[in-house]
Amino acid sequence: MSWVLELLKAIGLTVVIFTFLAVVTAMIGVYLERKIAGWIQARLGPKHVGPQGLLQTVADTVKLLQKEHITPRRADVLMFNAAPVVVAVAALLDWVVIPFGTLGSRVLIVRDINIGVLYFSAMASITVLGIITAGWSSNNKYALLGGLRSASQLISYELPLALGILWAAMVAGTLSTVGIVEAQIQQGGWFLFTLPPPVGRLGAPFGILAAVTFLVAATAEVNRVPFDLPEAESELVAGYFVEYTGMRFALFQLGEYGEMFGMAALATIMFLGGWAEPHLAPYLWVAVALGTFVVAAVILLTARHSLIIRPILILALLTAAVSLLMSVGIHLPSIVWFLLKLFTLVFFLMWVRWTYPRLRLDQLLNLSWKVLLPLGLLNLLATALVLTLGGR
Amino acid sequence: MLAESAIISASMPKVLLDWFYVAVFAVVGTLMAVLPLAVVWVLAPRQESPQKNITYESGVLPFGQAWAQFNVRYYLFALIFVVFDVEVIYLYPWAVVFRQLGPVAFVEMLAFLSILLIGLVYAWRKGALEWV
Amino acid sequence: MGELGVFIILALVTLIPAVVVVTSHNIVRAALSLVPSFLGVTGLYILLQAEFLAGIQVLIYVGAITVLLLFVIMLTEGGTGVRLRQVNEQVPLGAMAAVWLAFVIIVILTRTVWPIGAGSPPPYNAVAIGNAFMTDYVLIFEATSLVLLVSLIGAIVTARGEE
Repeated sequence: MSWVLELLKAIGLTVVIFTFLAVVTAMIGVYLERKIAGWIQARLGPKHVGPQGLLQTVADTVKLLQKEHITPRRADVLMFNAAPVVVAVAALLDWVVIPFGTLGSRVLIVRDINIGVLYFSAMASITVLGIITAGWSSNNKYALLGGLRSASQLISYELPLALGILWAAMVAGTLSTVGIVEAQIQQGGWFLFTLPPPVGRLGAPFGILAAVTFLVAATAEVNRVPFDLPEAESELVAGYFVEYTGMRFALFQLGEYGEMFGMAALATIMFLGGWAEPHLAPYLWVAVALGTFVVAAVILLTARHSLIIRPILILALLTAAVSLLMSVGIHLPSIVWFLLKLFTLVFFLMWVRWTYPRLRLDQLLNLSWKVLLPLGLLNLLATALVLTLGGR
Repeated sequence: MLAESAIISASMPKVLLDWFYVAVFAVVGTLMAVLPLAVVWVLAPRQESPQKNITYESGVLPFGQAWAQFNVRYYLFALIFVVFDVEVIYLYPWAVVFRQLGPVAFVEMLAFLSILLIGLVYAWRKGALEWV
Repeated sequence: MGELGVFIILALVTLIPAVVVVTSHNIVRAALSLVPSFLGVTGLYILLQAEFLAGIQVLIYVGAITVLLLFVIMLTEGGTGVRLRQVNEQVPLGAMAAVWLAFVIIVILTRTVWPIGAGSPPPYNAVAIGNAFMTDYVLIFEATSLVLLVSLIGAIVTARGEE
């Protein structure tokens, strides 16, 4: 009865990944978001609950757990309750194909599905259904409109998302996430900056363009600023989930943050080499560490009173620590590299959120259909041409 | 978290095992997502009042039916999306075999994509991609 | 034996929502019941080890076509939950036609000798399909793009016919 063993393993992994999502992406992610938002806006963010405000999200969760569930009159109860669960489960299912690193010779991934990135794209498209259901079942014309507008945005940006994924799949020659990382390890460089030999570093513009296409589309797919018009908190009172109170609202947020981290994880895998550590000679690592110290000293001397230096100094400290360890020859475990890259990308996404104003819906859709889609297709063809001319 | 690709369970080929995990994920994930809702059902107060259940319209009483005026632009976007989604489907198999096949594959895909780019340009010129 | 059990579960997951689609009074519920039906078909594809098709099924049917249907439904009168009339005078005639059709299908299914293909689908579906597209079935592949173009133009012309 080996399938019983597999069943238990699968259930265990689900619990682990769900807990990871709930703790790391939702709780730590929300805390980071609020702290970074604070620093960028020249204020401190949460600081009262727990040391440095670390327990803020825990307190929020406890609060939400005892908020009343209000169902609007004449709402379709089954669908009203199902919508947040659909969004949360779609975000959870994204994580089945994300490899976290290696342990010995084994890859730390739930299942290395053969059609890995296609599966990821399919799960991202299930979220749209949850949003439409949420908007309609609230029996609120504004929620319905918000849901339909958000759905239009999401489906418009699924195409550039798929084109970014296709670019990486084409260069790697496989749809499996583990395969894409291993292709980057084999060629000795990240897809962001290098294409397979003999093209090499000349392929950087294609990689950067593909990564930008993917990241812009990913930001739009999770309804984040500058693409969050359908759920604008200050203007539309949360759009399609305006009628959702308490824990149902929290489930939507769990889904959104889980999906954002999932997209960032996929971008790490496709463009930043996943769990692979960068290959630099030890003296170069020392140079990186020294350079970071110099930059940090300059910042401290010139802008000591600005709050924005805090995240920059934290990043500088991390970089210096990692560089020093690498220069000495201590190799960090691959999962640490993966998480470092993941959180750097997430920091970047959060930085973008608190910097740019919101795009209007027609500007948003124009960006997707008239800019990203043709650019993505042309990038795909150009890279294919370059790879063919270079002799595969 | 182990990759089972080398160790194929005696009863199931890898494909079925992969998707078995996905199915378990979906079911158990749904249960775990419903769990906090159940906790709320136990813990939270439940005081129904007619004012609480009125749909939200920025503080005024709701006016009219809860449906939106039909505008063809939603439908057009969804339609064009379906066509291009199918096109992307064709790109997936091409992308994985491209590097093994040589210049022929490039020319074939160039033909395929040019025809569809004509479609995109047509939609653009006809104003099907305009929101306002 | 386990495979039969899984097949039965998947068949039920496909067929019961399909019945709901056809008989429900609430058109939005009918449209949303398509989703578990499509997911059941996805499961059946996986049982046949056609992984790529399963992924496409979710991506296109659940992600695109259901969305299209819902857009149309929610933006018209049906969005208010208009109750559909599910029976009319032609029920006996329809029932007879359905029974006869079912009988014919069962007879055909049981009497045909189904050829059993050798082996199982290749483990890397996408690679096999890609190779087939680019070498044996190129003409069909290019013709498909023409079909997509024609359907796109036709849809735009039809939807904007009032201009």
